[in-house]
Amino acid sequence: MPDTLTPGGTASATPSAAPTRTRASRLRDFWSDFGRSPVALVSLAVIAVLAFVSFGAPWVTPQDPYDMANLDWMDAFLRPGTVGSGGYTHWLGTDNAGRDMLSAIFYGLRTSFVIGLSAGALALMVGITVGLTAAYFGGRTEALLMRIVDLQLSMPAILLALVLVAMLGQGVAQIILALVVAQYAYFARTTHGTATVERGKDYIEAARSTPLPTWRVLLRHLLPNVLPPLIVVATVQVAAAIALEATLSFLGVGLPLTEPSLGSLISNGFKYIHTDRTWLSIYPGLFLMVTVVAINLVGDRVRHVLDPRNQR
Amino acid sequence: MTLLSVSGVSKRFSRKPGILGRALDRITGESSAQTVHALTGIDIAVPRGEVLGLVGESGCGKSTLGRIVSGIYTPSDGSVTLNGKPVARMRGGNVQKLTTAVQMIHQDPFASLDPRMKVGETISEGPRLHGLWSASEAQGKVRDLLEQVGLEGAYANRLPHQFSGGQRQRIAIARALAMEPELLVLDEAVASLDVSIQAQVLNLFMELRQRLNLTALFISHDLSVVRHVCDRVAIMYLGRVVELASAADLYDAPQHPYTKALFASVPTLGTGRAAFQPIEGEIPSPLDPPPGCAFHPRCPFAGPRCRAEVPALKPAPTGVVACHLNDGGTELGKTAA
Repeated sequence: MPDTLTPGGTASATPSAAPTRTRASRLRDFWSDFGRSPVALVSLAVIAVLAFVSFGAPWVTPQDPYDMANLDWMDAFLRPGTVGSGGYTHWLGTDNAGRDMLSAIFYGLRTSFVIGLSAGALALMVGITVGLTAAYFGGRTEALLMRIVDLQLSMPAILLALVLVAMLGQGVAQIILALVVAQYAYFARTTHGTATVERGKDYIEAARSTPLPTWRVLLRHLLPNVLPPLIVVATVQVAAAIALEATLSFLGVGLPLTEPSLGSLISNGFKYIHTDRTWLSIYPGLFLMVTVVAINLVGDRVRHVLDPRNQR
Repeated sequence: MTLLSVSGVSKRFSRKPGILGRALDRITGESSAQTVHALTGIDIAVPRGEVLGLVGESGCGKSTLGRIVSGIYTPSDGSVTLNGKPVARMRGGNVQKLTTAVQMIHQDPFASLDPRMKVGETISEGPRLHGLWSASEAQGKVRDLLEQVGLEGAYANRLPHQFSGGQRQRIAIARALAMEPELLVLDEAVASLDVSIQAQVLNLFMELRQRLNLTALFISHDLSVVRHVCDRVAIMYLGRVVELASAADLYDAPQHPYTKALFASVPTLGTGRAAFQPIEGEIPSPLDPPPGCAFHPRCPFAGPRCRAEVPALKPAPTGVVACHLNDGGTELGKTAA
């Protein structure tokens, strides 16, 4: 039985009986392999719970922290566990505007997930295009594209993102764009490296000497074979994008507090870090850390499972 | 009737120096560009229905010739035509193959099949994209082909890693046959298989050859396999054909010293002693081929003429041979009578 996860559908003209069964069994093998690591399973569960509470934030939180009308000055700086004027317990306390921290964190986590996932997916697409083009066509195209990528990788992503956000202005779309520009290079380099190896293999030569059209060789032969390492890079980069966004917001160039992300919550609480109101920064920080670590652990396990050296 | 015609084909691979190298060249006034002469002046004609063997040591250019015939490379000089039409051309810096009538079977079946594509699709994608098969008939055709090469039709939905080396090579053969080629190029097609599997795949090839009247270029370094399979055999050395004769003649009465040395170097079973004589010396570097006959540094019969003059292919008692011994002797100043 196959034990690799082949991403992407096989929506081709070739009629082949029961493709779903093979794909399903391959997926089953992937999961049974994946599940052999309790750490990865717990991490995946943590991500699932965090995704549920953040995307379901309007339904699971007692308060909408976006709505200023819901906020009461009298509730400002309540300690964790105190019951506020709304009649419910503020498990993680409230901030200087009387915002329920738990609600704000769930809403903030949603923003973080949206930004991380969209930036990761877009950077993946841009990176694949750049990397595959460079590897397949070679010569000057390759030299030009990969030198740009090298140039970008030689400076910290946060620096580039800072400059871009400063130029583009605040807002979710602007931050995503800045993160894509800052992060596509990692995908491009991984794609380029893998594709350069794969391009030299006989199956590509066989496809070209059939002859198959270039687009076919690129999309149906080269692309599926460079995807596995990219899945791993993608999980790591989603985590990195979430951390980057939090950093930008913490530095005050990301999202405003009226549109809370984990970074802006930490930033807001940081003002009071020298008082005893440490819960303002610590809880959003803990959620950020748990999210990023969990995604990285899952990515690590995916890499392990997809590594052909570990296949039975 | 000539199907494949290779005339005057040379292939040079050159490595151009990078920016630093070019700057150094300018300072020193020398050129660091290196050129490998992979093939020089190859003339071969293969009639329809014939299996021609290409034999030689590693680095003699046999695989390069196979790739040029398959339209993966284009020759630096000369032309390769199939039924009078060129096989490939250069367009915008890339090789563009112009025909589907030549198909290649690679040496390593573990590398030549896309590991993430089901074998049914691997076989059918070429014919589908070139309009040989319609979508509705593809499944049946794949099944037929798999059965023709001795596999089960139901294997179409499997991935390459579920097959053994011999089975994979059968799939590669099915993929090549799916394009209904007029010429097959087999590049060391059985070299990476176990001996018992080699025999199976060779028998399959012989059987298909009879049934489909295949024409083929059979590239190998295995002399016994070549004798078993080929009608005529070309012996290559450092990018040139040194002897070309029918398989029977070549094995009974090799003419060229290199061919003789090659046969003498084959270990044989059953003699009970080491009867083989390895060829003295190493194959010279194609970056800097020796002057005259390329084989002269290793040839026991070499004379002054061999060091000065490149021997041409001349008719010999059997086939054609490129050796001065066959052409008036190895002394300088003598020419063919």
